Amino acid sequence: MTDRDQTLGKVKALIEPFNKKGIEVTEATRFAQDLEWDSLTVLDFVANIEDEFDIIITMNQQAEIENVGQLVDAVGQLKG
Amino acid sequence: MADLFSKFDPLIEQRETLLSTGLTDPFNLVMERVESPTVAICNGRRTILLGTYNYMGMTFDPDVVAAGKKALDEFGSGTTGSRVLNGTYQGHKECEAALRDFYAMDHAMVFSTGYQANLGIISTIAGKDDYIILDIDSHASIYDGCALGNAQIVPFRHNDLEALENRLRRLPAEAGKLVVLEGVYSMLGDVAPLDRMVPLAKSHGAMVLVDEAHSMGFIGEHGRGVAEAQGVIDDVDFIIGTFSKSVGTVGGFCVSNHPKFEILRLVTRPYVFTASLPPSVVATAATSIRKLMHGKAKREHLWENSKRLHAGLRALGFTLGTDEPQSAIIAVIMPDLEKGAAMWEALLNEGLYVNLARPPATPAGMTLLRCSLCAEHTQEQVGEILGMFEAAGRSTGCTT
Repeated sequence: MTDRDQTLGKVKALIEPFNKKGIEVTEATRFAQDLEWDSLTVLDFVANIEDEFDIIITMNQQAEIENVGQLVDAVGQLKG
Repeated sequence: MADLFSKFDPLIEQRETLLSTGLTDPFNLVMERVESPTVAICNGRRTILLGTYNYMGMTFDPDVVAAGKKALDEFGSGTTGSRVLNGTYQGHKECEAALRDFYAMDHAMVFSTGYQANLGIISTIAGKDDYIILDIDSHASIYDGCALGNAQIVPFRHNDLEALENRLRRLPAEAGKLVVLEGVYSMLGDVAPLDRMVPLAKSHGAMVLVDEAHSMGFIGEHGRGVAEAQGVIDDVDFIIGTFSKSVGTVGGFCVSNHPKFEILRLVTRPYVFTASLPPSVVATAATSIRKLMHGKAKREHLWENSKRLHAGLRALGFTLGTDEPQSAIIAVIMPDLEKGAAMWEALLNEGLYVNLARPPATPAGMTLLRCSLCAEHTQEQVGEILGMFEAAGRSTGCTT
């Protein structure tokens, strides 16, 4: 399993508590349109991601992230 | 042609649905006459005001009103100019002197509104490579200050010390950092643990800005706010405040001891590119600020009012935003917008005005009936208010 696969697995696990519609989550899943998250849910979720990987994702960076795959890439970069 | 207004359709629909039930529009109330800081005439009837932030009741203070009239006669109705051009009158300097004395700080800068004070200071002092670390429940003016600037924005969970520490720890040690906090959060009326957060921010090399809009004149020994009450005001780099609450007029300000503070007058766009406050407004503000320095008896009465309303609403079975009264804001949590709007209207019909607050202004999607007390509310009025809540709660089914 690559680092990226591990990150994807952890991200998916952190999405689950907020996956109210119980949709299948893939790298193409979009946070706003598919998971239908509002801004408060996003803030909660991002805080959990930040704590899990010990990183900061600024609101400026969040604005560029639309789907799960992009988030996994961003986490990979921020972990350094 | 794409209609640029179609993005507002969901909101228009929500409003139409709500108002089609015959409900009074909660966001369109007119005060036909205002009799005092606590009473106005709305829809032709006497209404007790419990949602004005007029904490210290200065709006009808005879000295304050007289100062405004005198300035209107002597300096005219407006300055028609920016503070850095023709818009700084003697009164603006006197108002800034009153603020320096009130806070015992070296510098004071008066803006045309409190909103612009946050907008200007935050957007200007934090640059592109700096970080702004802010509480998630921060006021719109703080978020808009972030949006106007181009710093990196890092929010943390409301009043969560550990969340703040984790974020400060993960940021580059050498980066410029501004931690933005509020003394009193205006939606639930809860207070920040500034005594823990301010030293934490300083230990990570951050500058600290505290918005004390809802505590000025009321909280702390000299009414300087929560930072004073919790003993950390000397470590706060910037205090933001407003004239539209305890001071009783309109305007905003920033006070600071930073040795280079005065340069902000030339580089802060929401200060430079707008007209300054009218002479009558700065005259009323200066007079009010100086009177607030001696407002100890009024402060104590306001605390009494807040405690009594909090305990009374609790006894009636309402769910409140805080377990104990922490400020002069008491937030009653409603189950949903429909019930909240119905309760708001029932209270208005009883003769009581409170604020109906709803998302996105509120945290966690809550609908709130926000009550803000005034030092001029009498004991009898607080009793009347509780009676109105009891009747309205029963008629709308919010309480049993």
